[in-house]
Amino acid sequence: MAHDTTVQTAGHDEHHHESPVVFGFWVYLMTDCIIFGSLFAVFAVLHNQVNGGPSGRDLFEYKGLAEETALLLISSITYGFGMIAAHKNEISKVIMWLGVTFLLGLGFVGLELSEFAHMIHEGNGPDRSAFLSSFFTLVSTHGLHVTCGLIWIVTLIVQLMGTTEIPERMMSKLTCLSLFWHFLDIVWICVFTYVYLASMI
Amino acid sequence: MSDLHTSPSGESHGSVSSYIIGFVLAVILTVVAFGVVMSHSLSPSGTLTALAVLAFVQVLVHLHYFLHMGSGSEQRWNNMCFFFAVGFVVILIIGTMFIMNNTAMHMMSR
Repeated sequence: MAHDTTVQTAGHDEHHHESPVVFGFWVYLMTDCIIFGSLFAVFAVLHNQVNGGPSGRDLFEYKGLAEETALLLISSITYGFGMIAAHKNEISKVIMWLGVTFLLGLGFVGLELSEFAHMIHEGNGPDRSAFLSSFFTLVSTHGLHVTCGLIWIVTLIVQLMGTTEIPERMMSKLTCLSLFWHFLDIVWICVFTYVYLASMI
Repeated sequence: MSDLHTSPSGESHGSVSSYIIGFVLAVILTVVAFGVVMSHSLSPSGTLTALAVLAFVQVLVHLHYFLHMGSGSEQRWNNMCFFFAVGFVVILIIGTMFIMNNTAMHMMSR
């Protein structure tokens, strides 16, 4: 697995592995998966420990949850369109789709922050009960990941500006971000199912 | 996998149609999950089971259509890492829930 993957091989090698950069990033994502797994385990243990405070049923609203979910789902497909454009070397389209993805992700983080601000303002911050501590830890870890993804998107947009073709190295970066972004969407599926909807039954 | 084509570097990436299929499936599964909870048409345990199944299917949809996981030989190491991590997480979550529940029972805290 040599590191100089800048030269695109035209033929299909029978044993041509994907870039080691992308594989390394995949391994990182799997460790991230274990972090989220532990936070879900903590939430599963503590979600009934409300200490006389509000439970999920009292706090969560369908509207905000549906909006956040919709934004993240749509941002997944817009990033996918960006990747397709990248494979076709259409840089202006890549920048456009990355921009759309950025705005959708920003909307998600904004909605989440206003939800948190509202809860803390009403005295239901992470210090209220074990349930809320685990809730804030889990959901804000996801939100923090999305925020990192947003910074990464901006970085790639800046790097792509003014270039005329996408080198292999750039393609690796875009592929890694694609894995990261879609991975966060999968984590959000588990969050809205097990944290929000399961508490609202 | 016929809807996924492979780039020269060996990474499969989706086409517009595969992304749209994945997106439509994901939207349907999400809307059904919301609908099941909002309509209160099932018993609480039935609703929870339905949610778990829907989430599981939706994760599979995302893995296939968005993360392009497949069974190709070039993805063997990715898949091995993935199944190791999933196995680890399953043991972690079920083990934690079991042992903490057991502790709570013995300490009569619930």
